[in-house]
Amino acid sequence: MEYFLGIDYPTLWYLVVGLLFSGYAILEGFDYGAGMWHIFFRKDLSRRIAINAIGPIWDANQVWFIIGAGALFAGFPVMYATMLSAMYLPFMVFLVLLILRSSAIKFRSAEPMLWWRKTWDIIYFTANLLISFLLGVVLANILQGIEIGENYRYSGGIFLSFLNPYAILVGLTTISLFMTQGAIFLLLKTEGRLYTRITFLLKRGMVFFIFSFAATSIYTFVHLPGVIDKFKEYPISFLVPVLAFLAVANVPRLAAKKKYGHALIFSSLTMAFLLMLVAIQLYPVLLPSSINPIYSVTIYNAASSMKSLEIMLTIVVIGAPLLAGYFLFLYRTFQGKVKLDDTSY
Amino acid sequence: MDTEILARIQFAFTVAFHYIYPPLSIGLGLIMVFFEGMYLKTKSRHYEVLTRFWLKIFAITFGIGVATGIIMEFEFGTNWAVYSRFVGDIFGSALAAEGLFAFGLESAFLGILLFGWNRVSPRVHFISTIGVFLGSMFSAVWIVVANSWQQTPAGYHIVGEGFNARAEVTDFWAMVFNPSSVDRIIHVWQGAFLAGAFLVLSVHAYYLLKGQYVALSKKAFKVALLLATVIALSQLFSGHSSADGVAVNQPAKLAAMEGHYKASAPADLYVLGWVDNETQEVTGIKVPGGLSFLVHQDFDAPITGLNAFPKEDRPGQVNAVFQFYHIMIAIGMFLIALTLYASFLWWTGKLFEKRWLLKIFAFAVVLPQIANQAGWFAAEMGRQPWIVYGHLRTDQGFSQAVSANQILFSLILFLVVYSFLFLLFIYFINKKIMHGPYKEAENPNQVIQHV
Repeated sequence: MEYFLGIDYPTLWYLVVGLLFSGYAILEGFDYGAGMWHIFFRKDLSRRIAINAIGPIWDANQVWFIIGAGALFAGFPVMYATMLSAMYLPFMVFLVLLILRSSAIKFRSAEPMLWWRKTWDIIYFTANLLISFLLGVVLANILQGIEIGENYRYSGGIFLSFLNPYAILVGLTTISLFMTQGAIFLLLKTEGRLYTRITFLLKRGMVFFIFSFAATSIYTFVHLPGVIDKFKEYPISFLVPVLAFLAVANVPRLAAKKKYGHALIFSSLTMAFLLMLVAIQLYPVLLPSSINPIYSVTIYNAASSMKSLEIMLTIVVIGAPLLAGYFLFLYRTFQGKVKLDDTSY
Repeated sequence: MDTEILARIQFAFTVAFHYIYPPLSIGLGLIMVFFEGMYLKTKSRHYEVLTRFWLKIFAITFGIGVATGIIMEFEFGTNWAVYSRFVGDIFGSALAAEGLFAFGLESAFLGILLFGWNRVSPRVHFISTIGVFLGSMFSAVWIVVANSWQQTPAGYHIVGEGFNARAEVTDFWAMVFNPSSVDRIIHVWQGAFLAGAFLVLSVHAYYLLKGQYVALSKKAFKVALLLATVIALSQLFSGHSSADGVAVNQPAKLAAMEGHYKASAPADLYVLGWVDNETQEVTGIKVPGGLSFLVHQDFDAPITGLNAFPKEDRPGQVNAVFQFYHIMIAIGMFLIALTLYASFLWWTGKLFEKRWLLKIFAFAVVLPQIANQAGWFAAEMGRQPWIVYGHLRTDQGFSQAVSANQILFSLILFLVVYSFLFLLFIYFINKKIMHGPYKEAENPNQVIQHV
């Protein structure tokens, strides 16, 4: 095993993957959230503003997902292969929804007909809703573990077994979290009556989130009793749930003061802390086996060779600052309220 | 049908559909860099209009390319789990590099390219165009490196046995510069440039035939023609170099491409033909000893034939490999003749006088597309029965956890969604072309600033 700063390579790569998926959740969180609020706006102009709020940046945000999945394949090929082939149908549906969503963004405003735009609006809303839901479902099933046997052979159900009560609850929580994030983001991008309307919608989103979050937390303690073992082992890690709770509480406070920029930061932090909770709870397991823990996929049995991880960590060290630079430039270029022009969707 | 066949059909279908778009984006990207660069340099309105017009078409091809590309990234894991575990260590670094260096670059600058006209200076916009173009070029590099490693593995060793066997990287640069990657990257880039150039040629030939946007179209046509002529010719060299590599590294594939069965004998070069895999005979028009000459510069030099390999170690679909390979070559030759003739007319000043030639150009847009597809089909079917040449068989690489019915379901889903997507693509491309670069009723030199 190779180490850097006392941390072994698979753990470092676990952090890289975690960071990428957190970035994805935060950035596409407001994209998907804005997409779910879309249907609640009545005027066509409002809907166009909602789409163009994410217009120039959603493609770049989606890259976090593409890189995250690539990093999973690269660093933990066994995890990538086992999870995707086990959850074949949920992922296929997810991917088709991603295609429909990006088609809706591109083509919705490309024709003036009412039926055309209404049809795309329904596709767009549904795709964003189900994408968010499925992300939660996948996460919940990873937390609960799936039927993995010897040689990572999966022997569970193909679709409906993934839609268990816990998964549905986490799916709903993901929707509510993204909707909160999306509403805050839209407030930074809109003005006038649309802005006023979204301030109301945000309140509903936050209520939805707090209820589903509380329900999920209680259900987690009851349903997954081992969940606090890891935290007892490393008491310092109790900081993370405390911080997550503070971040959650801070969002309504800042929203009430209309400090939406700060609210977006704290709702993003909420996601990051919640994912960190999941990461600590799982570590060093990536995908628990519900048959027998010895069959679980862990960062050690799933990892690429030390040589390969070293190459990839080098690539990350070179590439991450570049990526950060591109993003800063992109976000700076499009900061401020949406102004529709002839290049808009 | 069994899981393996369905997984192969689904992969072939989704990747072939995907591959309509990225070559167009790469090719159009290069031409747009030229148009926009000329606009910045000369401040000519024509180039500004051309840049903005092609940007709209680029936006559609790029968008569908990204959307269908995400599927490919996941399909390795969903349908080819055993293969993914086997190659993850090797593919990993190529994929990580592709994500960070290529996708990050292109997607971040894409937003500025498409929506930044009024927000950044012309120079910054131009830099964004270059960024997107370079990003798409890099994407091609890493994915072709990964595929080339499957064709000609290098810089690795095999660790473990049976189910747990996998390839691990020992030398990163040897893996990246494996014996076939450089030839194939160049070949793929050139195929992409041709796809883009011929789309531009087609659209502007159509305008010229209709007598619309004439001055503008002549300019654009000449730019694209120059690119197409140079690339079509140079494709001959990268193609030849690539085939030389196949002769050394994948002799069974070369033999299948020309339907050459005898274990060791001089091999012929077919212009066209039909292979009967049962009787091991090829009927067609041939240059006797032609393949021997191309590989060894000697008409009598022996070439390793298919019978030199055990039946289970050589491609089964010989005729398909043969046909795809020859379709690619035939189109390549036709494109060389077409572009050279058009360039000759340009030189004599008669380029735009021959309507029949413009008509050919208007339709020729499909030819580089067919050649690109055929080339990949020949390369991938010629690699069979291996998914990783010499190490892992295709019939051992697919996901054991996925049933045939699941794949059938997803395959039908993709067929429906992709047909729909293709219709949208054709509809909107056609709409943009019919709409034209600007409103022609007015004088372009005045109107253009409002376009």
